[in-house]
Amino acid sequence: MNISIKKYYYGDIPEETAGGNELKNSIVPPSGGGGGWPLWEVFIRSKQGLDHKHAGSLHATDATMAIENARDVYTRRQEGVSIWVVESKYIHATNPDEAESLYEPANDKIYRHPSFYDLPDEVKHM
Amino acid sequence: MQDSKTTNNEKSSKPLGSLQIPISGGREAFLLHLADNALLLAQRNSEWCGHGPVLEQDIAITNISLDLLGQARNFYHYAAQLTGDGATENTLAYLRSEREFKNCLLVEQPNGDWGQTILRQFLFSHYQYLLYGQLQYSNDEPVAAIAAKALKEVTYHVRWSSEWVIRLGDGTKESHERMLKAIDQLWTFTGELFVPVAYEKETIIGFDLPSLQQPWFEKVSAVLKEATLWSPNFGEAVFMQTGGKQGIHSEHLGYILAELQYLQRAYPGAEW
Repeated sequence: MNISIKKYYYGDIPEETAGGNELKNSIVPPSGGGGGWPLWEVFIRSKQGLDHKHAGSLHATDATMAIENARDVYTRRQEGVSIWVVESKYIHATNPDEAESLYEPANDKIYRHPSFYDLPDEVKHM
Repeated sequence: MQDSKTTNNEKSSKPLGSLQIPISGGREAFLLHLADNALLLAQRNSEWCGHGPVLEQDIAITNISLDLLGQARNFYHYAAQLTGDGATENTLAYLRSEREFKNCLLVEQPNGDWGQTILRQFLFSHYQYLLYGQLQYSNDEPVAAIAAKALKEVTYHVRWSSEWVIRLGDGTKESHERMLKAIDQLWTFTGELFVPVAYEKETIIGFDLPSLQQPWFEKVSAVLKEATLWSPNFGEAVFMQTGGKQGIHSEHLGYILAELQYLQRAYPGAEW
């Protein structure tokens, strides 16, 4: 049995699969597609003292617009008190094909979890 | 980018008048004027819902629309309390006819292209910013509270629309020309904002409305200059359309109200 399923992530869809090729040379950018604007990753801090967490991505022409767009798209429901944006191309990621060598070796090393101690009752908040 | 010009402007706007405002006569009309301005611009902006140039700006313009709708609701609610006689925010919004609406002509102008919508928001938000900046000092507590809350929203509208005016004005040849066309279309409706009508006398609103014109002109000019859209003609006396604040509107208002009020007119009292 050799079934291969290719999963595409947002922004990853190759040109030939994406459709809309007939629009490629038209002047008007397809609505909602960001109009060829670069993609930005948005990080939101939900309240003071917590970390910024990845909230999603959006299109914008520059950092100023990216922050304004992030404010409108990701903080409408009181999600945040601070916004970071970074252009997606500056994020470097591990290659999914290397997942075996990178992550699987940790699978059988449960002794790395600090769960093999008997905690005295006097110790709280552990 | 424009922080110094657009967001930090007069954070501490100072009261211009004595602020001893009697709640009487013109006050309800003034409240309706404020509410109608916000409602009509909210309705116009909401026409972009699902049609924005990009997804993110579609959300931005409809966010602004909802901000304005919220302001309108607050002013209608208060006006209805003063009016009594069974009036509610809904009857004031849905059951008055064109001649009873007191919004300025600027907010009922058609959306046109994105540039024209941006420019309309830009011209109006700068005015609203100065107006609410004064109203937050009103001795009429509900008005002061609504204005103070709305001022935070409007501060963002000023920033957002100014950014876009600069982007489009100082953008491509086409966007520049479209912005010039939009100024041509809308400039003639800006004079009305600062010409007080009966219910905007200093004794009713607490300050002299025309005194906002110079600061408005300076703020708007600074951004238009940055956007390479400025022309000395803007400073000259040109013919200005008036009448909206007294109920004499352009032909557009009837169509807007037909859409806005259709449901309540067709099914009176409908709720969901």
